[in-house]
Amino acid sequence: MEKRVIFKGWWLPALLVAPQLIISFLFFFYPSGQALWNSLFLPDPFGLKTEFVGLDNFKFLLTDPYYLESFKTTIFFSTAVSFFSMAIGLYLAALADRLIKGAGVYQTLLIWPYAIAPAIAGVLWLFLFNGNIGLVSYYLKGLGYEWNHTLNGDEAMFLVILASTWGRISYNFLFFLAGLQAIPKSVIEAAAIDGASFWKRFFTIVIPLLSPITFFLLVVNIVYAFFDTFGVIHTITSGGPEQSTTILVYKVFSDGFVSQDLGSSAAQSVILLLVVGVLTVVQFKYIERKVHY
Amino acid sequence: MKKLKAIIASLALFAMFAGTAAQAKVEIQWWHAFGGRLGELLDEQVNKFNASQDKYTVVHTRKGNYSETLNAGIAAFRAGQHPNLLMVFEVGTASLMAAKGAYVPMYQLMKDAKQSFKPNNYIGPVKGYYTTTDGKMLSLPYNASTPVLWINKDLMKQAGLDPEMDLSTWKQVGNALDAAKAKGIDCGLTTAWHSWIHLENFSAYHNLPFATKANGFAGLDTELSFNSPVHIKHIQTLGKWSQEGKFKYLGRRNESGANFRAGECMFFTESSAGYAGIKKEAKFDFGIRHLPYYGATEAPQNTIIGGASLWALSGKSAEENKGTAAFLAFLSRTDIQAKWHQDTGYLPSTIAASKQTKKEGFYSKNPGTDLAGIQMMRNKVTDNSKGLRLGSFDQIRGIIDEEMEGVYSGKKTAQVALDSAVKRGNVLLRRFERANK
Repeated sequence: MEKRVIFKGWWLPALLVAPQLIISFLFFFYPSGQALWNSLFLPDPFGLKTEFVGLDNFKFLLTDPYYLESFKTTIFFSTAVSFFSMAIGLYLAALADRLIKGAGVYQTLLIWPYAIAPAIAGVLWLFLFNGNIGLVSYYLKGLGYEWNHTLNGDEAMFLVILASTWGRISYNFLFFLAGLQAIPKSVIEAAAIDGASFWKRFFTIVIPLLSPITFFLLVVNIVYAFFDTFGVIHTITSGGPEQSTTILVYKVFSDGFVSQDLGSSAAQSVILLLVVGVLTVVQFKYIERKVHY
Repeated sequence: MKKLKAIIASLALFAMFAGTAAQAKVEIQWWHAFGGRLGELLDEQVNKFNASQDKYTVVHTRKGNYSETLNAGIAAFRAGQHPNLLMVFEVGTASLMAAKGAYVPMYQLMKDAKQSFKPNNYIGPVKGYYTTTDGKMLSLPYNASTPVLWINKDLMKQAGLDPEMDLSTWKQVGNALDAAKAKGIDCGLTTAWHSWIHLENFSAYHNLPFATKANGFAGLDTELSFNSPVHIKHIQTLGKWSQEGKFKYLGRRNESGANFRAGECMFFTESSAGYAGIKKEAKFDFGIRHLPYYGATEAPQNTIIGGASLWALSGKSAEENKGTAAFLAFLSRTDIQAKWHQDTGYLPSTIAASKQTKKEGFYSKNPGTDLAGIQMMRNKVTDNSKGLRLGSFDQIRGIIDEEMEGVYSGKKTAQVALDSAVKRGNVLLRRFERANK
């Protein structure tokens, strides 16, 4: 039975939805509209003059092999960050959920890295792996491995994935832990009485029951990997070497704010907006069907 | 309690007076990119100026590295929150020159403020970089340097080399690197600013065009041309050395300076202005040599400058502009210039400062510190050795950085990398030409 509440008049409902509408307008529609508009122009950096160029900014981008390459980089990076941060988060949550003593301490410690801003996290990892003063690179050298992420693209990619994943594990851990604690103990105990092992129970009962949370985290993590990781990339690699860690959003940032090419940067944001829109629709349409609420 | 009240009241009164006193002075904002030792020296100059008169106060703020400072300035200009003075590195020169209306040209600023200003006091190659083709000086050279070869004499001895050996050609450098490698020295050669030193200065030094149209001085329709056989040979050599473990690439800017100063690297190609840091930190016997060249060219041409100049941004009151002009006139004083040159290793911007430094006997006491100046002025400049004036050049440098990284890691040949950098860079030059027609 659905219960409906109908307001009399229009001003109260209008007032109640107004804050949300104003915020959406100010922080979403207005900037997106600006991006769309700016993507049709070629301005000079100082904003002294501008020229209408139609779709030339898009043509300029889509004929640039490095831009197309950055799509692949983004897919690889986002998949890796989402997968590892969720898998590790789930693993730690499963372990923490079984704790009887000192659970609070472990949980707090595991949530801690989430409080660190991406750029700071980037600098921390950079210090560990710095070719000159880094602790990890020093030990690797002792083992006979010469670490130099300023030159080796795979190492650079590994490092930005590591730094982005590390900060994200806490967030995923928190949600998975909440999800695990919401699963009725009786179901699990019944399975245990029937002789199912811990991992058997985990895969056949816990994971399906966690699917709404997993789905939510999948969407949120992909959005995170797409948009919020540029601080890490900027501090560790600046997109290099040879654009091997230049993901789409980093390119928007570097072309717009480092190279002052606002036309191209706006066109890239429009493309990025479309990509994320499509991605979200696909996730809700196809993956959500498999989710049991 | 009464006592406390009295203290507070007197403090408030004092703050009020201090406030009005400060307000009486016109504040001049200066955004720059200097931290570390250079930042301290800059601060010293500003304090000296502020103490020297009571009409103006210069307030300086560090906005990050060169690129970040330029970008902060541009973004602030768009928002109408820009400083009076902006430090712009040489790479951004063409972008500013093209932005007519964003700055007050130097000659104009000085004339309006009735400050004496003689462009001819400035050293030719430094002046030329910031002067239009019709002879108008648009910005004031602040720090100009040129690349030299820094050597660690202790490591050379360890490699069984004579620290005084001839290192004027890349072939001789190569031989020395072989010896270092054989003795297990892990970092024979490293470099800072690899595009600036190994392509831009390399071109001028070998009298080859980096770009057509006199390296962009003669028009916006310039095209890059640093993929000649000699360029390719040099970059290929660096790539080979990198693969063989004789050349160590440590980053696009001057990250490698830390390794050289720590005594890990035997040779280091870096700006002459590396002097301030190396002198302060190096615990080994270091030396300065001319940048090496390829013996095939009879004698090297001259190297070009890097560094920054100060641009007076537009939209400020006449009174503030007067203060800006007074500060710039102060910076150009011979004693200030000479001290800056001797402390930092930057070139003396004025001829008088160079003469005074010589008279004081600085060069004979600090051997090698005059090499940069000699190297810049050893020949009459040609169209290939005047400097570079290319739009979107920061971005083009980014492309060059990327492509050269491909060579050092062995993924690309120098031919492929430089051809690709030229092609990609030209696209940006056309875009800049279009936006600034």
